[in-house]
Amino acid sequence: MFGYIIRRVLLMIPTLIVISIISFVIIQLPPGDYLTSYAAQLSAQGDTIDAQGLKALEERYGLGQPIHVQYFKWVSGIILRGDWGQSMEWQKPVKDLIWERLALTILLSSVAILVSWFIAIPVGVYSATHQYSIPDYVLSVISFVGVGTPGFLLALIVMYLAMSQLNQSVGGLFSSEFLLAPWSLAKVVDMLKHLWIPVLIIALESTAGSIRTTRANLLDELNKPYVETARAKGLEEGKLIWKYPVRVALNPFFSTVGWSLASLISGQTLIAVVLSLQTTGPMMLRALMSQDMYLAGSFLLLLSSLTVIGTLVSDIILAWVDPRIRLRG
Amino acid sequence: MENNHLLLEVKNLKTHFFLDEGTVRALDGVDFVIKRGQTLGVVGESGCGKSVTARSILRIVPQPGRIVDGEIMLYLPAQSNHSTLTNVVNLTRLNPRGTQIRSIRGCRIALVPQEPMTSLSPVHTLGNQIVEAIVLHQEVSQAEAREKAIYMLDLVGMPQPSRTIDRYPHELSGGMRQRGMIAMALSCHPSLLIADEPTTALDVTTEAQILKLMQRLQQELGMAIMFITHNLGVVARMTEHVIVMYMGKVVEEADVDTIFHNPKHPYTQALLKSIPRLGQRTRERRRLESISGSVPDPYSIPKGCSFHPRCSQRIVGLCDQEEPPNIEIGPGHKTRCVLYR
Ligand SMILES: Nc1ncnc2c1ncn2[C@@H]1O[C@H](COP(=O)(O)OP(=O)(O)O)[C@@H](O)[C@H]1O
Ligand SMILES: [Mg+2]
Repeated sequence: MFGYIIRRVLLMIPTLIVISIISFVIIQLPPGDYLTSYAAQLSAQGDTIDAQGLKALEERYGLGQPIHVQYFKWVSGIILRGDWGQSMEWQKPVKDLIWERLALTILLSSVAILVSWFIAIPVGVYSATHQYSIPDYVLSVISFVGVGTPGFLLALIVMYLAMSQLNQSVGGLFSSEFLLAPWSLAKVVDMLKHLWIPVLIIALESTAGSIRTTRANLLDELNKPYVETARAKGLEEGKLIWKYPVRVALNPFFSTVGWSLASLISGQTLIAVVLSLQTTGPMMLRALMSQDMYLAGSFLLLLSSLTVIGTLVSDIILAWVDPRIRLRG
Repeated sequence: MENNHLLLEVKNLKTHFFLDEGTVRALDGVDFVIKRGQTLGVVGESGCGKSVTARSILRIVPQPGRIVDGEIMLYLPAQSNHSTLTNVVNLTRLNPRGTQIRSIRGCRIALVPQEPMTSLSPVHTLGNQIVEAIVLHQEVSQAEAREKAIYMLDLVGMPQPSRTIDRYPHELSGGMRQRGMIAMALSCHPSLLIADEPTTALDVTTEAQILKLMQRLQQELGMAIMFITHNLGVVARMTEHVIVMYMGKVVEEADVDTIFHNPKHPYTQALLKSIPRLGQRTRERRRLESISGSVPDPYSIPKGCSFHPRCSQRIVGLCDQEEPPNIEIGPGHKTRCVLYR
């Protein structure tokens, strides 16, 4: 297992190099050069940048030099100095912008995933073990409606209800007084108060699908001979269902944990925009639209790296929960 | 027959499956008995209801199946000192999820299934699954149960039992898995072992080994075995008494010699003709399937004798009208056929 992980990590390196080249090419695609646009942006805001400042930027990122030099400066900046470049739009280093948002996003998404499983797995198990009963039909209808309801629509409905019924605004992760405040205990408490609505909305968006998956996978397993073996042993029905077929039916969930790493960044963008959450999705969307090249490039790079890492994590988790998968390949 | 030798008595058992397409009368009045320590062979073409019989006894008939009629009496030695007393339980009366049937399953009556490849959970070790069966029915600690499991694996001839116990099923061959299943089934010393085609999925060499093992274990442990198979060669080798099933009914029952040398029911006779004889040249070998026609549609069991559409000795106007009675032709030899009335 250990050797397998090492080998997979080594194999990831060339993949990541290719990914970084592609990300860099993409951010170079917009016409015009970065410095000119940067200066134009500044002067549009009534600011000017002195020749010295421009010179420093030019030096730091190798601007105006051949493209491969720029690429190496960019990549080595990230690897050696943790310098992801400068955001044109925010007038700040990218590294000061993304990490807090990334942390919030990961928190939000992982809590949402757990909440979603916590609802979906028992409901799916109940549906499958009571197939064709009235509760199964009711749950099926609800989850079909759920699968067909986009998350942003749900967010809009919740916002509308909160506004019209409770006279309360539900957008954002913080109250306005904490939005720009530095981190403190009060800010954390304030965030937790706001967190549950986006968590529920994001969770519910995937819950319906997870119920369907659990139900379908479990139905496949329930008639397998090993379940009959367990029953013929004299095990209690509820115990044996959870120990054997449910355990096998949940494997696909474990294997998608890794992939959801990448969707953490880009996923739920629509919900986040609607609810104005300070997560990565909306920021990335805006960076792409406003051609904020270092910021967009950083997101692209993070996104693709997390996809690669997530796939590895998935494979490792799957091998860990399913002994049939041999880690030799 | 002395009553205290009786272990299991199945009377007029009817198990039906209620499907949207209609009712499948999988068992349509099955009668037989198993005595203590006896090996009963259950033979018949696939689909005749052998597995449903086994599941009915264990009360694990899957939905939408249900026992609609009949009795399954299990005679257990009494717990008290009066050893002549027996405890009788009618298994059809028990709640299939209740504690009473669960204390019988895997403890008094154990099952060795047909498919060793898929009958063990792929994500649990062999040991985990055997230990579970042991702690369920015996008052032992986990460590003792593990010792016992290793002992059982050794008993069934598993190579390196103390290492194999921690293996996952996919790491074991079909024969080893079936040995594991037998070890699990025997771990509580059942009075009855139901072996549902235990060697059908195995190659010939492994089959011979498993059959030999089961014979040895029966001599050592003395449990009764209900040996389900469609292979008459296996019946000849393994069993003392045989019931022949056709479309949910027992059409003939006799001791194994009588079945082979003096079969009465046309179905039994046809079944015997269909086995290739040992020593027969391939060239001379008769067609394996010498019974004309195939099993009728299970939704519409023919009127009269259910075998009459395929029977070469049928009497028109009788066999297609009247349900044949169960006729005793000799000691312990019964058949359901009007020819012997
Ligand atoms: N789960 C089920 N649902 C519907 N019909 C079934 C089911 N299990 C068995 N049957 C029916 O019962 C009959 C007997 O099956 P079975 O006992 O498995 O045959 P075999 O003698 O090959 O073991 C078959 O006709 C089959 O169609
Ligand atoms: Mg069968």
